Amino acid sequence: MSKIARVVIFALGVILIALGIAQGEPFEIMRKAVTICLECIGIG
Amino acid sequence: MKILLAFPKRFLIQITFFLLQNPLLGNFFRGRIYQGGLKQICTPGLNCYSCPAAITSCPLGAMQLFIGGVKHSISLFVTGFLLAAGVVFGRFICGYVCPFGLFQDLLYKIKTPKLKLRLKYARYIKYIILMLFVFVLPYVIRCELSGLGSPWFCEYICPAGTIFGAAPLLAVNEFLRSVLGWRFILKASIAVVIIIASVFIFRIFCRVLCPLGAIYALFNKFAVFRMRCDEDKCTSCGNCREACQILIDPAKQPNSPECVRCRGCAMACKEKALR
Repeated sequence: MSKIARVVIFALGVILIALGIAQGEPFEIMRKAVTICLECIGIG
Repeated sequence: MKILLAFPKRFLIQITFFLLQNPLLGNFFRGRIYQGGLKQICTPGLNCYSCPAAITSCPLGAMQLFIGGVKHSISLFVTGFLLAAGVVFGRFICGYVCPFGLFQDLLYKIKTPKLKLRLKYARYIKYIILMLFVFVLPYVIRCELSGLGSPWFCEYICPAGTIFGAAPLLAVNEFLRSVLGWRFILKASIAVVIIIASVFIFRIFCRVLCPLGAIYALFNKFAVFRMRCDEDKCTSCGNCREACQILIDPAKQPNSPECVRCRGCAMACKEKALR
């Protein structure tokens, strides 16, 4: 795959990260991650 | 210094990344998890956010959170993160960054006879698990009351959650122990099988079951950091093929999706053709 395609995929990744941040997704992740995840333990 | 020299460079890098993602080792004894703002950040390896020592979040857990969430949408943040990390590093993340990869490597260091399996068809299971347990089931099967889907991979399979999240928390939390049921027995059984298999088979979980490995495998061929075989230097001695624990031919397929970048082949190459 050409260098351009790699740059395009990386740029797309960065744009999606920025859009996700703008929508407050990291905060949603944190809200879940700061409490003990009962599903991860096998209780949920 | 002598002690440091006794360990391969990759192992030291793995330990460093493990500690960067899990610096709060004291929490293992306190039975609590980190609740600070750094949990907004995902790290690229399989590292359960319910591990008491973890300060960051698992991208797979985060992805399932959004798919099963109120909007039932794919997380742009996590998708972008996986795209960017995958296209730059590919499965070097498995070999150098993933805490569960380090765990399997340590188990494989236990001196026993080793099984070298080709896993011709079993390697495709991880793609099925990715599609089914990370995307389809959390989206399709929802609670009638809340309308929310479950994180199926975390809930029914993930051994990282069982070993690094559940085990230390259950050891010190009597209430959690009192509400355990069949789901925990299922998850614990899977974890035990993976632990035992990892002693005999190199990176069995990464090769067969890991959905995160399946994502990074798609990038292995064209990632910025990839392996190259210099055909002018290669003497076709076969040392790399013998050293490969995954039974691929690194001289012919240096960027196979199955390669977890342990770099055993590169170290075995006397001509330094594999880089």
